[in-house]
Amino acid sequence: MTDVVATTPGLYPLPDWAKGELSDLKGHQKHDLIDGAEGAAVTDVYDDVRAEVVADQREAGLGRIVEGQGRWDDMLAHPLTVHDSVETGGIVRYYDNNNFYRDPRVVDDLAASGDVAAELTAATAHLGDDDALQAVLPGPYTLADLATDEHYGDEAAFLDAVGEFLAGEVEAFPAHETLFLLEPSFVTNAPDDDLNELASETIDRVAGATDADVVVQTYWAAFEEKAYAHLMDADVDAVGFDFVAADREANLECVNELGTKDDIALGLVDGQNTLVEQPETVAERVDWVDDQIPAQEFDTTYVTPNTETFYLPVNKHKAKLSVLAEAAGIANADVAETEVEA
Amino acid sequence: MSRNPGNREQFRPEGHETDHFLLTTVVGSYPKPKWLNRARDRFEDDDHQFGDAEWAEATDDACRVITHEHERAGLDTVVDGEMRREEMVEFFAERIDGYEFNGPVKVWGHNYFDKPSVVEDVAYDEPWLVDEFAFVDDVATRPVKVPITGPYTLANWAFNESYPDDEALAYDLADLVNEEIEKLVEAGARYIQIDEPALATTPDDHAIVGECLERIVADIPDEVRIGLHVCYGDYSRVYPEINDYPIDEFDVELCNDDYEQIETFADGEFAPDLALGVVDAHVAEVESVEEIKANIEQGLKVVPPEKLTVSPDCGLKLLPREAAYGKMENLVQAAREVEQELDAGTIDVPAVGDVAPADD
Repeated sequence: MTDVVATTPGLYPLPDWAKGELSDLKGHQKHDLIDGAEGAAVTDVYDDVRAEVVADQREAGLGRIVEGQGRWDDMLAHPLTVHDSVETGGIVRYYDNNNFYRDPRVVDDLAASGDVAAELTAATAHLGDDDALQAVLPGPYTLADLATDEHYGDEAAFLDAVGEFLAGEVEAFPAHETLFLLEPSFVTNAPDDDLNELASETIDRVAGATDADVVVQTYWAAFEEKAYAHLMDADVDAVGFDFVAADREANLECVNELGTKDDIALGLVDGQNTLVEQPETVAERVDWVDDQIPAQEFDTTYVTPNTETFYLPVNKHKAKLSVLAEAAGIANADVAETEVEA
Repeated sequence: MSRNPGNREQFRPEGHETDHFLLTTVVGSYPKPKWLNRARDRFEDDDHQFGDAEWAEATDDACRVITHEHERAGLDTVVDGEMRREEMVEFFAERIDGYEFNGPVKVWGHNYFDKPSVVEDVAYDEPWLVDEFAFVDDVATRPVKVPITGPYTLANWAFNESYPDDEALAYDLADLVNEEIEKLVEAGARYIQIDEPALATTPDDHAIVGECLERIVADIPDEVRIGLHVCYGDYSRVYPEINDYPIDEFDVELCNDDYEQIETFADGEFAPDLALGVVDAHVAEVESVEEIKANIEQGLKVVPPEKLTVSPDCGLKLLPREAAYGKMENLVQAAREVEQELDAGTIDVPAVGDVAPADD
């Protein structure tokens, strides 16, 4: 009997009051963005943001609570753009979106910085006794793909170093129930034959740095079969698939041909559209996916938005948190009912 | 098939001193006077006595000032610097039935945009720009150009809750843009520019933009000049396809990367007129006349002078106002000097020289 858990891949929109306050405190230009050494006034705002987004998730009733990554001005490139061994270059497009981040140019050895660990530790203060913390990081392949290497010299050495760096970050994390590694690049710009094995190996290394359940979440595109096959060698607990924007037939074919992990994550709520789904519809989609994968029964099914939700206005983002929680409730009730009937 | 680029002659000023005529224009937006921004703050502050009438007077004043500023720079066709508009999608979404606003979303860093949602079929209500045009046309002694955000961008830079896909939404919006242009033409407008920056972000959709343009120009008379502005992208992904667009003029930003992409268009087949960006819209330093003349000559690699329009790369609104004015003034001066040199035959026109001899 699968346990349906409502969660999100993090990277939330800032509350509107914080958008205004931080604009005023930090400014609008490239050099005004977060560098990891922000002063007390800015830190205070982010503390309040963190408290608010944790409270939102608790109120919605999500099964995992994320820190929300309000500080991640550069989206998934954040762990590098605040790093001492990185210089930030020009503003570059974030995948196919009308969003931009600073190009992190890695110019020296990457060592663990503790930046994300500090955020997570701060978030734990806002959790209740029964809340389960979920950490979020870019996967190593994605982070390397978003960055420019000006130090390691070849693609493999760089990916290897990014993997090592992320593993070091995870080791400093406070206790967490789940770790989501976001890997959009793994499907939008899949590793080639030379990097396939290493891409999977670096994910395995990051996953090895925690006892928590590790989910490799992909979005915007479906897996290429070869890259997927290699990913199956990584010791992670679940792979996440985008059932909103990606080619679902192609993803299901990978799953049915090559199998998947004991848990699964389903991107079922649109993180890039303000149309708010009905919880019943989302619950039906959970069933639908389950029906499409007859050979496997999952221990845990994570129900998530397909992408980060910073693309959305705050009201719709919050509405979708509630939908996820309600959908998981309905799906769990359905599962229980089926069990009883059986 | 490009439309009727010959319609540019109507913009040649009376008594123009040279035989050659390079049409000078701008893309549209211009820095707002500081006092207009202060007026807006008061207008939006509920505690202030600054009401609708005061705000209308302030925007009218700004339109007058900036239109005259364009005329003073010597441009052949002018705009009001989009003084009544804040953001290129929001402005139109506020006027089109079917859109709603839910709050700001991030573009990058702490730069946000009130990205609207399309929640039902879009429909035409009140005219969007006819009053704005009539006002500027009344103020101006030069022909007025009207920039309109294109349907593909209005679709693509919104959340689509209602249509099966963005393509269907874009086509419905194109029909509304057509309706608006009909009204503008009725009011006397002869120069329309469709702004489609979203095409640069998703160039594979060039056929959708082409179909939108077909809808936009349906039943619009040939003497109305239709331009298309696309900026900050890889033009090789939309060229030569744009040769089939029903437009008179294709307006590009190439100064920004120092004409690295000019060769893309220099195949001797470029169909519409070329409106070439000859000053950078994001560098505050004003280019010298000599520098701009060299930039104009880049355009002659693509089209002969009678098909060349010169303009800034993009809207100038992010520049300090003095820099924006300086760029326009030097742009005009450079164009006039190039015209004289063309008359004198001292400038090469590679676009003509390279044309293969016709078969006898």
